[in-house]
Amino acid sequence: MSSLASENRAPGAAAGASGHKLAWHRATEEPAWLRRVLIGVALSFLALFLVLPLTVVIYSAFEQGLKVWYDAIVEPDAAAAIRLTLLVVVIVVPLNLVFGVVAAWAIAKFEFRGKSVLITLIDLPFAISPVVVGLIFVILLGSQGWLGPWLASHEMRIIFAVPGIILVIAFGTLPFVARELIPLMQQQGKEEEESSLTLGANGWQTFWRVTLPNVKWGLIYGVILCNARAMGEFGAVAVVSGRIRGETNTMPLHIEVLYNEYMFTAAFAVSSLLAALAIVTIAVKSFVEWNDERAQGAAGLTGLTRKTP
Amino acid sequence: MSIEIENVNKRFGDFVAVDNVSLSLPDGQLTALLGPSGSGKTTLLRIIAGLENPDSGRIRFHGEDTTDVHVSDRGVGFVFQHYALFKHMSVFDNVAYGLTVKPRRIRPDKAEIKRRVMKLLELVQLDWTAHRLPSQLSGGQRQRIALARALAVEPKVLLLDEPFGALDAKVRAELRRWLRRLHDEIHVTSVFVTHDQEEALEVSDRVVVMNHGKVEQEGTPEEVYDHPANPFVYKFLGNVNLFHARVENGHARIGDLTLPAPEHGDARSGKGYAYVRPHEIEILAEQDASGALPATIELVSIVGPSVRLELRIENGDDLVHAELPKARFRELGLAQGGQTWIKPLTSRVFLDGETLPSAGV
Repeated sequence: MSSLASENRAPGAAAGASGHKLAWHRATEEPAWLRRVLIGVALSFLALFLVLPLTVVIYSAFEQGLKVWYDAIVEPDAAAAIRLTLLVVVIVVPLNLVFGVVAAWAIAKFEFRGKSVLITLIDLPFAISPVVVGLIFVILLGSQGWLGPWLASHEMRIIFAVPGIILVIAFGTLPFVARELIPLMQQQGKEEEESSLTLGANGWQTFWRVTLPNVKWGLIYGVILCNARAMGEFGAVAVVSGRIRGETNTMPLHIEVLYNEYMFTAAFAVSSLLAALAIVTIAVKSFVEWNDERAQGAAGLTGLTRKTP
Repeated sequence: MSIEIENVNKRFGDFVAVDNVSLSLPDGQLTALLGPSGSGKTTLLRIIAGLENPDSGRIRFHGEDTTDVHVSDRGVGFVFQHYALFKHMSVFDNVAYGLTVKPRRIRPDKAEIKRRVMKLLELVQLDWTAHRLPSQLSGGQRQRIALARALAVEPKVLLLDEPFGALDAKVRAELRRWLRRLHDEIHVTSVFVTHDQEEALEVSDRVVVMNHGKVEQEGTPEEVYDHPANPFVYKFLGNVNLFHARVENGHARIGDLTLPAPEHGDARSGKGYAYVRPHEIEILAEQDASGALPATIELVSIVGPSVRLELRIENGDDLVHAELPKARFRELGLAQGGQTWIKPLTSRVFLDGETLPSAGV
């Protein structure tokens, strides 16, 4: 076999293009003053609406010293709220992870009747006000509700109890994983899975070794968003939980109780913990994105080579 | 391993993709499924692979019915137009994939997998890329890796869906010659889909021309090119001129010109069309004793070593395209706007309304 000379060259030919890109950029760049104004506006906005409130929360939380902060956190009702919130997250996030993957898989890889209805329905929790979501579940499952008597006769308590909280939060966070995965899976198409099948792999092997690695980062991102929302959900939980202190108060509800009782320092202390969880979430998300970019960078996936199919 | 396709049908809603196709693809040959887009060639290939189920009909590999065998167990190698390499795996892992997913009791050990993968990478001349990711390779290199990956499981048949469709012209030409040589080495029964007639004629042992889900003609590249079964095949396999003619007693008359049409010897009289390829038109500087048509040269384009002419004949609605070597063009001293005479050297006459006269070879 003769060699394919032009084919065997190392793929470095594209590197020269970056110089052109720079020159092109310079020609159409905005004037310096405009750049500064735009960046200035964006930064001041962020400072005013994000950094300042966060600073206030942390400052107020620690205003009277670490001891007071610590007491507010370990106080039985607060500790119960923290435990409940974590319990909800532990149940809801895996639930939505599985649902998200299944729904995205179904939508991206199969053609079926009612597909567009399913796509619309997945978005519904984003569109409905959380309070309305809470009311829907109260009407459906509450003691005066449609299924209430049946549930009562079987000694099952959902509304004003932990199952109700888990239900509404699962409902509210339903779209996150699926929404991340659907466009990703649609864009990737079926060919890699089909190759895997022709190579003798079964469906399960194909899912674990081809599909999942391809959507890994989208999946992690969806889970992080889902997690953040599950911890912070207020409106729907406020309706269904019954706000029993130490029993059905999640962290956001507990904060509101403290605030209404003029226990500002304690309110800010629990807030700071919730904010810290949110910050950790964002940090993990940034790390995920950074890691993703690094992985693609290592693969030589610059903007230029990415275009080739 | 031969492939027999028996009365296969496939519809997508109202669209008939494959319309009662029966074919027999001989053992060890490289067959091209050639046709325009929407002709059902890719669907037929996917049915052979088991990626689609036929609505009716059977697929047999060497006499053994595989119609209901799942794609994972069918033992085919499939190469996609856009490579479909596993993006997150190295080239080595891509090629090894088919071996590593085998059930443990028949899976080769690590050393054996490594040996076989490296051997395949050498076969496609890309052993130096083993540790790279697919995204670091060029299109042509990726397609060769895809081929190595498909061959790793030692498939009974190799199926390629427009394998060179996403590549640029030069790489494409190199790669198809390379595929031909590779096939001569490994002799696995192969089917490839293409819409490029040149590719089909150059690479394959057999060509199956498809249109609207049906087989229009099947045969060696020479057979289908030199003896097209019908006007569709004529038009699809390269440029062709169409002359209105009157067919009478085994002759076709175009203006003052008479062409032999022995295949219509029994036709009393009727309208017909004579199909003539551009290089089968002789250009003459002056009227020929045996008859030629006067024509005006409307356009001259010189393409490398040959010259293409656009000519208009008297009373002709359509332009006539002719092709001749540059030396001959100079010899004749022709120029744009000038007068000349043209004479078809060979032609194939089809009667008006004739659709599929004896499809097949």
